[in-house]
Amino acid sequence: MILYLVRRLVHLLALLAAVSVLSFTLVSMSPIDPVDAYIGADVMKIGPEQRVKIAARWGLDKPPLERFTAWAANLARGDFGTSAIYREPVTQVIAKRFAMSLWLMALAWVLSGLFGFVLGVLAGAWENGLFDRAVRFYAYLLAGTPTFWLGLLLLLVFSVALGVTPVCCAFPPGVTPQEATLWQRLTHLVLPAATLSIVGVSAVILHTRQKTIQALRSDYALFARAQGETTAGVVRHHALRNVILPAVTLQFATLGELFGGSILAEQVFSYPGLGQATVEAGLRGDVPLLLGIVLVSAVFVFTGNTMADVLYRVIDPRIGHGMDRQGGAA
Amino acid sequence: MNESASCRAVPAPRGLAAALGLSCRRGRWLWAMGVSIAVFAAVPLTAWLMGTAGLDPDLAVRNQPPSWGHLFGTDPLGRDMLSRTMHGLVLSLQVGLLASAVSSVVALFLGVASATLGRTADAVVSWLVDIFMTVPHMVLLILISFVAGGGSRGVVIAVAATHWPALTRIIRAEVLQLRGALYVRTARRFGRGPLAVAAYHMLPHLLPQFLIGLILLFPHAILHEAGLTFLGVGLSPHTPAVGILLAESMRHLSTGQWWLGILPGAALLALVKCCDILGTNLDRLLDPKTAQE
Repeated sequence: MILYLVRRLVHLLALLAAVSVLSFTLVSMSPIDPVDAYIGADVMKIGPEQRVKIAARWGLDKPPLERFTAWAANLARGDFGTSAIYREPVTQVIAKRFAMSLWLMALAWVLSGLFGFVLGVLAGAWENGLFDRAVRFYAYLLAGTPTFWLGLLLLLVFSVALGVTPVCCAFPPGVTPQEATLWQRLTHLVLPAATLSIVGVSAVILHTRQKTIQALRSDYALFARAQGETTAGVVRHHALRNVILPAVTLQFATLGELFGGSILAEQVFSYPGLGQATVEAGLRGDVPLLLGIVLVSAVFVFTGNTMADVLYRVIDPRIGHGMDRQGGAA
Repeated sequence: MNESASCRAVPAPRGLAAALGLSCRRGRWLWAMGVSIAVFAAVPLTAWLMGTAGLDPDLAVRNQPPSWGHLFGTDPLGRDMLSRTMHGLVLSLQVGLLASAVSSVVALFLGVASATLGRTADAVVSWLVDIFMTVPHMVLLILISFVAGGGSRGVVIAVAATHWPALTRIIRAEVLQLRGALYVRTARRFGRGPLAVAAYHMLPHLLPQFLIGLILLFPHAILHEAGLTFLGVGLSPHTPAVGILLAESMRHLSTGQWWLGILPGAALLALVKCCDILGTNLDRLLDPKTAQE
């Protein structure tokens, strides 16, 4: 197990190295002038001498390779550089923003996992029944729904028409993050989290449903029935424990989509999280922040995949010890 | 199974449904595909028929809710939303088509190379796929559209350049499996050259997989294009792209103009579902296991 984790860590470092080389190369190919991007609207007021000064301050007058080695050396020390639009160290911006997004993503993650699991098991247990068809139709429809459109729809119904939820942001206007109560935070989180869960739930539903059907067709389910167990009993005592692991694994493996969805949802609800910062960095050419977010999001997704893998090894007795000796079956 | 039997066992199916082939599954799948293709054809056709007249501001008909004259209503500048939506969808289709074409060529090349050119090639391709799959797709899209210089060019390049990893994996796995298949090995032993084996024994299996992967990639590309334009990457605000229409509608939500956002989004959803129906039904039709239904 420890050997496995060490191997994963090495893999992660190699992956991060590759991602940083690749993304830095890409970014330095961009025709958008970073000095222009930094100056923004004041572009007419700045003379050529000042431009040179700005370029020198950001190290932009040096060739790309030299810039990369400097950036990578700082990166290794945990210094991601300074964000050009927030005028703060990138690590601080990301830490602050990520804390906001984490609330949102965690809530959406738990909700979609819970509802997806329950709906999937119920639909699979009574396959082809009315409920199953309804759930399947829902999952099918939602699998192709644009996240931002759904957010718009919810905003229209709950904030504009019914007026039960706030229209935007993470706190009421005029309230600083420190003053906001838990209740205020939650009311502002409900709609974005609901948007993410409603879209994210369909994958879990379809997966869980399929696994439940498989479990109910197994020999042990047949044997339990022969002993007089009801469908509900078979589901509770036999299917559930076989279905829950794949469902949790799937939830961990889809962290990348959750992250992508949160970018769109945060844009709809003006939620000041990491997603919004990503969009700002991309649109306004904040290279250090953009590169930092690329790396952090890669770690996020990688952690999810590793968690999924580890869960299998820890919980499922059929996998695990044998894998390490064979050097991993995959 | 019962349904499939009714198709062949009953000697003379009667009625209109039977005549149209609706009484058996394969007939219904064909019809579903036909309808989807018709929708695809209808979008550019409507956009072409409506011309650009509805795109110009007409302040006399501002903020009209949907009516027979303006099925999708009009926006605060008096532009016809149906016309704007249709032009936006044409743009989505174009970007989707380009993304599919580029991604499929890249995926075919990398997938086949990784499965046939030995260990080093395989390691390199798997590594590339790994890198692209580890960064969330939306972040990657934003990064690449920035790299490409933003604008509509940025959107097109970003969407076209990021959709190959999944398809590459599928093709690589398929080729690897085919290479080990008994009939391929037998053909080799009988002295057939690698080209002949590839053409007669591998291509017939690879082609359907490739085609279906391609079609199922289409909805992803369209959704990502809409997502990127919604975030405000590229494209001037006057270009009718679905994402821009939705982003614009955000500003008018609180004044109760629900049709500005709802209807274009619903049209996009319908288009995405049509791609999906086309892909899954083609998959079922080409699958030899369902040939009897």
